[in-house]
Amino acid sequence: MASTSSTTGGFEYAPAPESRSIVDIKPSYGLFVDGDFVDGQGSSFKTINPATEETLAEVAEASEADVDLAVRAARRAFRGWSRMSGRERAKYLFRIARIIQERGRELAVLESIDNGKPIKESRDVDVPIVAAHFFYYAGWADKLEYAGLGANPRPLGVAGQVIPWNFPLLMLAWKVAPALACGNTVVLKPAETTPLTALLFAEICQQADLPPGVVNIVTGAGATGQAIVAHPDVDKVAFTGSTEVGKAIARTVAGSDKRVTLELGGKAANIVFDDAPIDQAVEGIVSGIFFNQGHVCCAGSRLLVQESVADEVLARLKRRMGTLRVGDPLDKNTDIGAINSSEQLARIRELSDVGEAEGAERWAPACDLPSSGFWFPPTVFTGVTQAHRIAREEVFGPVLSVLTFRTPAEAVEKANNTPYGLSAGVWTEKGSRILHMASQLRAGVVWANTFNKFDPASPFGGFKESGYGREGGRQGLAAYLQGGDL
Amino acid sequence: MAASRIDVRKTYKLYIGGAFPRSESGHSYEVTDSKGRFVANAALASRKDVRDAVVAARKAFGPWSARTAYNRGQILYRIAEVMEDRRPQFEEAVRQSEGASAAAARAQVDAAVDRLVWYAGWADKLAQVIGNANPVAGPFFNHTAPEPTGVVGVLAPQSSSLLGLVSVVAPVIVTGNVAVVVSSYARPLPAVTFAEVLATSDVPGGVVNILTGDAAVLGPWLASHMDVNAIDLCGVAGSPDLATSLEVAAADNLTRVRRAPDAEPDWSAEPGLAPMTAFVEQKTVWHPIGI
Repeated sequence: MASTSSTTGGFEYAPAPESRSIVDIKPSYGLFVDGDFVDGQGSSFKTINPATEETLAEVAEASEADVDLAVRAARRAFRGWSRMSGRERAKYLFRIARIIQERGRELAVLESIDNGKPIKESRDVDVPIVAAHFFYYAGWADKLEYAGLGANPRPLGVAGQVIPWNFPLLMLAWKVAPALACGNTVVLKPAETTPLTALLFAEICQQADLPPGVVNIVTGAGATGQAIVAHPDVDKVAFTGSTEVGKAIARTVAGSDKRVTLELGGKAANIVFDDAPIDQAVEGIVSGIFFNQGHVCCAGSRLLVQESVADEVLARLKRRMGTLRVGDPLDKNTDIGAINSSEQLARIRELSDVGEAEGAERWAPACDLPSSGFWFPPTVFTGVTQAHRIAREEVFGPVLSVLTFRTPAEAVEKANNTPYGLSAGVWTEKGSRILHMASQLRAGVVWANTFNKFDPASPFGGFKESGYGREGGRQGLAAYLQGGDL
Repeated sequence: MAASRIDVRKTYKLYIGGAFPRSESGHSYEVTDSKGRFVANAALASRKDVRDAVVAARKAFGPWSARTAYNRGQILYRIAEVMEDRRPQFEEAVRQSEGASAAAARAQVDAAVDRLVWYAGWADKLAQVIGNANPVAGPFFNHTAPEPTGVVGVLAPQSSSLLGLVSVVAPVIVTGNVAVVVSSYARPLPAVTFAEVLATSDVPGGVVNILTGDAAVLGPWLASHMDVNAIDLCGVAGSPDLATSLEVAAADNLTRVRRAPDAEPDWSAEPGLAPMTAFVEQKTVWHPIGI
């Protein structure tokens, strides 16, 4: 693979690859059902390294019958798990948290290989927050009656959980930790392009001696996910992914008693006022859209910059983009890794081409991209109007659309002019304006003078078509308890 | 010849945007008392009335949600005051609609007024009960608090014409939402009288819009309306197929759904938080801490 790119404003770096020898990838993987790895009854599919296109492993594609077995195992385990004292359940979660820390480097390297994200992100963001999530919810397991969700909080039963490929292990943690803490058992499906860390997590459950059936992991694609969502013995559906699939899930569960949490798409506005600390704002814009290759549902994909500082912000943004290093995800100096799949790359290319065709001006720094694998340079579009597709649709890639505004009211109007409502950013030195904007923005998470911060204690989730329910914090418990009133 | 005075009868109309229009369709339907005797013609709301009501509600949402919680609580209390003043009228309406005894009708009205007072007090307390500060692992101020979901469609219960109605409307508006309500089809008259109370209780026009008509006809338009943020399906309790089709329609823009119960609940029970929390969004705000 080519070393990290040489770019206009950057330093030359020698390659600094993280060793992948810490990870032992098996040639093939079965399903994790009832505490054991078993062969699936369906076919199998390949998972590849998106940075090299090499095949990493053959993974079982769970059939409807496989899903049924997993749900049955979860149902059998529910009786014991839900009746176990919270204090004892907590200890299992603490064990899992500790093993995640102990095997943190292995998890980070495997995540970067399977997903394409830079090792500095999987190592410093994903895996530490994963462990923190299990620690946080472990502590809740024996304190549920103090959560303000009723005097006798009861779990829901079997949770069916379907997660995306952008933060494979982190989304697993967001789903599994609160479910288990509340006494539910789970059947989880990782995304078809990123199953490997979930399967390693299954091994971690074995190492923790978690009772069989409490966590079941079934790999597969959309049909497998649909089988989980539609299974009559699933009491709770938790999904993170596209708004389109989220709507399909809402239709599927209609008329049932299933409880649902949906974390869907976004088109967040990142609003920069003329009094903002420009250098900090530029860092926030960069992390807002280029973190994780822009494969982030809450990405700050629409930059709204006040007209009076637009030229200055753009000039500094372009200079900063020129220093971003695109390349080998395992290189410790890499800022932007590989696009997760050829399908996603095609979508990013298509929408970017549409952006140009509709009249927006495209710019990307000079960038040597590796010859194999899936890559897209950090890209900014200026001259974008609210009607442009790149201002309305989720690109889910390192592509920023820039719009301008004159007054705070105009910024609010433009920011809220989207069917989505997941997140928003505000940059200004004026405290009263921050609080005004925070109250006006129809979004579930507002980052003021920061962006893309995540913490297990901090509830996360959307307004409008970004979904419903919250994950994280005390609110995240409500989604897994009967009568959870939050 | 004894001069007997002829009653001046009331025309029962819709309540949209603070005004009392007839149905745009020009249609009305016969409302009878519990024994089947004609009482009045009620306006039969149409799809276009739903549309007009949603427009009025959306217009009212910004200012209503921006009111202080204290002020919203004051206004809900004011509704209770005005209703208390008109208790004999409501008792008669409930007795006539539901066939209740005078004592039972009085109990319903008492409970409805008391429920408004109960909800009025929640206005400035809910955020303290269901919101929280979040101790994140970093130098950040971080808190989470509820905000209204927006325009809420409310299919009001079919049996409990007043207490049930008040019990589904109050939680929606006290949290800062605005409502488009479809009243009980067979027992709509207490809802129209309630609208007259709203109109004289400092509730801004458009915050509550009340349509008399058929939930089975109007529900699909409300559930599928792209500018409706949430819907309470209580009014189709006992019709699971209809409830399912409304939930499917709501999925097109991820309208939040409060599912219909199997049967109308006991409205005299204390409601708990669920009727309010079904129609709020939790918003989390981060800011760095530094010098």
